[in-house]
Amino acid sequence: MKPEEINRYYFSDVNSPPGVNRRDFLKKLGGGIIIVFSFSAYTVVNGCLQKKEEEEAGDVPEFNAYLRVKEDGTVDCYSGKIEMGQGINTSLSQILADELEVPFESINMIMGETSLVPYDAGTWGSMTTRFHDPLIRAAAAEAREVLKELASEKLQIPVSELKAQDGKIISINNPKKNISYAKLTIGKKIVKGLGEKIPLKKPGEFKVIGKPFFRRDAVEKVTGVAKYTADVKIDGMLYARIVRPPAHGSTLIFADTSEAESMEGVEIFREEDFIVVLHSDPEAAMLAADKVKAEWKIPDAKADDETIFEHIKRTAVDTNVRYKGGDLKKGKKESAIIVEEEYHDGYKAHASIETHAATAVYNNEKLTIYASSQTPFGTRQAISERYSIPLENVLIKQIYIGGGFGGKIYDQQAREAARIAIKKEGTPIQLMWNRQEEFMYDMFRPAAVVKVGAGMDKTGKLNYWNFEIFCAGDRGTELFYDIPNHQTTVSDGPEVHPFGTGAWRAPGNPSTTFARESHIDIMASKINMDPLEFRLKNMNNQRALNSLQLAAKSFDWNKELPEGHGKGIAVGEDAGTLVTVMVEVKVDKSSGQVQVIRAVVGQDMGQVINPQGTIIQAEGCVNMGLGYTLSEDVEFNWKTVKSKNFDDYQITHFSTVPETIETVLADAMDQPPQGGGEPAIICMGAAVANAVFDACGARVFRMPVTPERVLAALA
Amino acid sequence: MKEKIEFELNGKKVNVELDKSQTLLWVLRTYFNLTGTKYGCGEGYCGACTVLINNEAVRSCATKMGEVAGKSVVTIEGLAKGDVLHPVQKAFVEHDALQCGYCTPGMIMNAVGLLNQNPNPSREDIIWGMEDNLCRCGAHNRIIDAIQTAAGEINGGK
Repeated sequence: MKPEEINRYYFSDVNSPPGVNRRDFLKKLGGGIIIVFSFSAYTVVNGCLQKKEEEEAGDVPEFNAYLRVKEDGTVDCYSGKIEMGQGINTSLSQILADELEVPFESINMIMGETSLVPYDAGTWGSMTTRFHDPLIRAAAAEAREVLKELASEKLQIPVSELKAQDGKIISINNPKKNISYAKLTIGKKIVKGLGEKIPLKKPGEFKVIGKPFFRRDAVEKVTGVAKYTADVKIDGMLYARIVRPPAHGSTLIFADTSEAESMEGVEIFREEDFIVVLHSDPEAAMLAADKVKAEWKIPDAKADDETIFEHIKRTAVDTNVRYKGGDLKKGKKESAIIVEEEYHDGYKAHASIETHAATAVYNNEKLTIYASSQTPFGTRQAISERYSIPLENVLIKQIYIGGGFGGKIYDQQAREAARIAIKKEGTPIQLMWNRQEEFMYDMFRPAAVVKVGAGMDKTGKLNYWNFEIFCAGDRGTELFYDIPNHQTTVSDGPEVHPFGTGAWRAPGNPSTTFARESHIDIMASKINMDPLEFRLKNMNNQRALNSLQLAAKSFDWNKELPEGHGKGIAVGEDAGTLVTVMVEVKVDKSSGQVQVIRAVVGQDMGQVINPQGTIIQAEGCVNMGLGYTLSEDVEFNWKTVKSKNFDDYQITHFSTVPETIETVLADAMDQPPQGGGEPAIICMGAAVANAVFDACGARVFRMPVTPERVLAALA
Repeated sequence: MKEKIEFELNGKKVNVELDKSQTLLWVLRTYFNLTGTKYGCGEGYCGACTVLINNEAVRSCATKMGEVAGKSVVTIEGLAKGDVLHPVQKAFVEHDALQCGYCTPGMIMNAVGLLNQNPNPSREDIIWGMEDNLCRCGAHNRIIDAIQTAAGEINGGK
């Protein structure tokens, strides 16, 4: 899938997984019991799998994942998803262990390696748990039933009198009569697609699903054994450093590489303005690249980090109506109180601590690439097309990823490493971007403007809502407030941004949630109503209410706070999950400094597979989210990015985080699972901005909520 | 100019022929294949490259080989004793104090350095001692708790 397609999905509400290509893996498989299945072949309706009509024809099923009960009784699951810290390696293993009745430890996840696993569109959009889990469970159940049938033959006991337990099929009446999966599987090769009626376990029968499990890879990661892309070493490998222009869109006027070339061991690779320094020592490559004298012409500036919002409104003029109801004019006319405001959010970097890296080698017409990638199959396709190498000759090896957050979908570094490796046939090439390159070639979260007009009667009943989004998409913007006359529009344009932009954890949703939930608070304050009461009064979505009430209870909303402290709420929807964040902040009125004291996350996310993993994701959302809320802002002058390192782009530090983060989850085990990696982050901006207002009366309309902006709002 | 530089690395005497101006981070990763020490920013802002030199937490990206000569360097690979994890490593596992794991070696080495200097740190001491180690996944609270647990275990064992 191409980046533009991913972005189209990513900035809107994804309700079913994107389609897949058929890959024929059957002949490659070894023995055992193999269940193949496809994420696109089924839809999940009311928690039950239903086969899509178009998939009915043909006897060999389309599939893009499979699991295999091996002849030693252990289970391999092959999936195109990748693990980047979000913990799906653990949660997918839990699902399999539970439904297949095998020990958690006997599950082996094989993920993301293009030569081993079937096609997958990529790991993004909180889709793994929503769309992957139900199918993996069904496949596990199918395998369990196959094992029962085999056991029935061997033990001469009817299937109805057998049960699966602990890697064995056991006679219900006489537990001494049993046979292990290993014994049942030896010498067999059975390939099956998913059946029509798969008896899944009911939530009350879960043994592993819903129980807290710690991450499976922790020991490797605390001992330094876990290998990331730039930790790969291949004999004869050269380290590459690319000579970069000072700004995007620059033209090379001249370059003199003679001094670099004269340094010992240096090789220069050049194709027009693509100048690469290669060396067997990474530091020597860096030093030599610094010696390349290059002069560039940079494009004329059109906007900077201050003027960008006017530029956006001028250039993002391709407008679409996304949600609409009632009559806006009528709603506005009828409203006794009307408030219109504009909310701004600057560009944000993904700023994973691991920079983009790729290790590539081209040998015998085959290109092998280790790349920290959220989209191994997309990258394979892009490289295959760009360099005319047959798809089957491009192998993307999967390896630990040092943070993704949407930033490792686009894989420019893999294309660059491939370009060099193909020309240097036989020589392995490693390219690891430095932090400056990371801040330049990141696909930033776009700057955004949201104009909001809202109206209500004197009792606080909302009646008019005009929500105009510029450059933040419509993901999570379907209203959960009952507002009879409403409209949501999204405006964008092809030439708005000075540099690349893309998906950043819950794309667009932090910007739009900041606007909506700040504005809801402003409406409440106009009639001196408590912001919790105001939301309860206007909300019409039960799952949103669940999240709000859970959070309010844990937070103890009505508790008296010390002088200088304030509390704030934000509610949002992302990837099928309804989420509320409440925070308590302390504001220093003389400096404008904001300190978050505590945070509570209330979440209705349907069935929870791994509560431990869920809570950790919510904590991560709070802490990462405080960065964009309080301090992160990419500084730039049009195509020149001025933020170059962590000194001028401040992400969350230890002193930023609240003392406690509490996560409370709605009990909804009988509902389909929803996204967990992204939701809570969307609420951080508004929750904090609303708490700052509560603490000191300063209303900040632009993120980040910096001390300067707090002081300006107080003045 | 290359010259012989001797130092102790994870408990063993080693020597390399290198220029004194070469940087410890890249030497560890390239010549000793100790890739647990990570590059994050190259300018000492993120702490992913933290190692111990003479028991003190140091940014290896800002340390020249000339400064390392004759000293003792410990990297994440040298912290556990065989299969027995160091109390800080163990506490990170027990508190699930990591996600992507990329900043983790630097976090752990910095925490060990902190505990070497201050065996009984308050929560506030930990926050300020860890302030310039960056984690993007947001595991901060768990890291603070893990360091407190490890301090307790180290002190209890004495």
